[in-house]
Amino acid sequence: MPDRLDDTFRAFRERGEKAMGLFLTGGFPDPGSTLGVLRAIDRGGADFIELGMPFSDPLAEGKPIQRASERALAHGATLDGAFETVRAFRSESETPLLMMGYLNPILRYGPAPFCEQAAAAGADGLILPDLPPEEGELIEPHAHAAGLDLVYLIAPNTPDARVEAIDRRATGFVYAVSVTGLTGSRLSSDGESASPVDAYLKRARRLVQNNPLLVGFGIKSHEDAMRLSTHTDGFIVGSALIETVRRLWDESDRSEAERLDAVASFARRLKHGEARVA
Amino acid sequence: MPQTAQRTTYAQPDERGRYGKYGGAFVPEVLVPAVEALKASYAEAKDDDAFWAEHRALLKDYVGRPTPLTFCDRLTRQLGGAKIYAKREDLCHTGAHKLNNTIGQALLARRMGKERIIAETGAGQHGVATATVCAKFGLDCTVYMGAEDIERQRLNVERMRLLGAEVRDVTSGSQTLKDATNEAIRDWVASPEETFYIIGSVVGPHPYPMMVRDFHRVIGRETRCQLAEHGEDPVPDALVACVGGGSNAIGLFHPFLDEEGVEIVGVEAAGEGLGGGRHAATLSEGTPGVLHGAMSYLLQTEGGQVELAHSVSAGLDYPGIGPEHSFLKDEGRVTYQSATDAEALDGVKLLSETEGIIPALETAHAVAALPERAEKLAQERGDDAVIVFNCSGRGDKDMETIAKRI
Repeated sequence: MPDRLDDTFRAFRERGEKAMGLFLTGGFPDPGSTLGVLRAIDRGGADFIELGMPFSDPLAEGKPIQRASERALAHGATLDGAFETVRAFRSESETPLLMMGYLNPILRYGPAPFCEQAAAAGADGLILPDLPPEEGELIEPHAHAAGLDLVYLIAPNTPDARVEAIDRRATGFVYAVSVTGLTGSRLSSDGESASPVDAYLKRARRLVQNNPLLVGFGIKSHEDAMRLSTHTDGFIVGSALIETVRRLWDESDRSEAERLDAVASFARRLKHGEARVA
Repeated sequence: MPQTAQRTTYAQPDERGRYGKYGGAFVPEVLVPAVEALKASYAEAKDDDAFWAEHRALLKDYVGRPTPLTFCDRLTRQLGGAKIYAKREDLCHTGAHKLNNTIGQALLARRMGKERIIAETGAGQHGVATATVCAKFGLDCTVYMGAEDIERQRLNVERMRLLGAEVRDVTSGSQTLKDATNEAIRDWVASPEETFYIIGSVVGPHPYPMMVRDFHRVIGRETRCQLAEHGEDPVPDALVACVGGGSNAIGLFHPFLDEEGVEIVGVEAAGEGLGGGRHAATLSEGTPGVLHGAMSYLLQTEGGQVELAHSVSAGLDYPGIGPEHSFLKDEGRVTYQSATDAEALDGVKLLSETEGIIPALETAHAVAALPERAEKLAQERGDDAVIVFNCSGRGDKDMETIAKRI
């Protein structure tokens, strides 16, 4: 079986480039539009995709993703619906895709059937922010049996030894949360290269030896992305994309095609900066 | 089962915070160091006599413990069954059992050098108890409270503000305790180093359920001594308490779990009735899942989304339950039943008219279970059988609702 994630990160590292991961809540902005937005960000240059599985009580999320989850659930989003989206996306693209969400809906679905369905649909891995490694055994054996990577997260306050332990446990990549805070948080000390976040990511780079290291939370622009990914294999953007999509769908009278073009160019600007895109 | 095996069964949780398969610590990575630090600090405090001496002194001189154990003679005669005693947590400072816990956690916060306290609250009782202890200890206090609860518990909001706390209204989701808890956890995620989160019930990630239980065990321990002072067997025939998150109940139950002869009954809120959908009877109607950092029974949809609870009593209006209660349910050690809003209101009337005690709406759910239990117990064990119910809080805060509904 080809390992899309490994192949992607290896290629980026060889070229000395930064991979861009984009997060979209499944069922957002509405169930009929999710796949179109995924195609648009794929076209706009996403190197891997995180598809969010909405949950009623998403503890690590800031307002944008909370609201996106509420909206998707109000539209009746389900895990089976998410699998359908993955399957449809996978039939036309080889871009790696991870499913990201909270534990409870997965436990309710059943960890084994969930992992089997996710893998069969074409997902490459899982990111579960309320599953620390201590509780990982609930999901890990099923994920690995199905051939799914299980990403674990580290945070600025994670001690060295624990970062190393998490790196040994994680597969796919290690997700470095940029801030002590929620998704969409303001990044600390914008613009300073010798900032605490820089020191933290440098430390993480030194300690994470077995996996690619990706940074996320609070990245809103190409400049943020470049600054934070100096020491990482790439970066992940969620809330800023969600807000862009929300504005396009709620506050503009543009056609569907125009909205999707705007999403694709948002992705391009994130990756290459204003100058290259213009 | 041999007695020794029986004893170890209830010595929960294990090292990882598990009560059987329940409990644990399902928290975002950023909170892991905070939870670990709390675990270490509590483990140290637990073995420190000075810590407990200070806790006891504050419970005595500030809270007013021991609370009385009142023989409910007129209630007993009216129901015509077993003898009923009320453990009077309603007489604690601030009007409920909640200070036992907030004082314990505030002592721990001080020990850890944290000066910013956050809390969630449903009925406002835990918010008031937290604001109170923060005023007493000189700590900064922020309380998260659902917008709907702020509406129905105005008096407690005013109390918290007077005590110097900032009350932040929570407008997400159901705008009740569940969402207030989400917001408190999110606050903690954003400032785990500076902030101490005082959880109000035996819920949340390990070590909270254990810690909160330990602080409330004084309820059951006092009951034991006081029964003897009343000339009764120190081990009663039955214990009854209401269960929302489950803190007052576990405080009364825990010291008696190993006494095989004690029937233990937890009463959940059936709201407008089970089966109809609008209720808060997590153990009766829920299924295991993970919410707010622990595995426990949960009211949830087929798709694993957390359902909205409903109860006339804001303090029981929670779709989760402490993990130890889930364990005790599966073990069959505690019987969990439920009382509807209407039955609870009847309970308010019953206790007020027979004993001159106006119970909180939460407590009234326990009262509602007494008539049937007293009759059954007298039939099985005779008229001398003894029931102790936890009179967990007083009804002043609920007078608006009570006046409207009775």
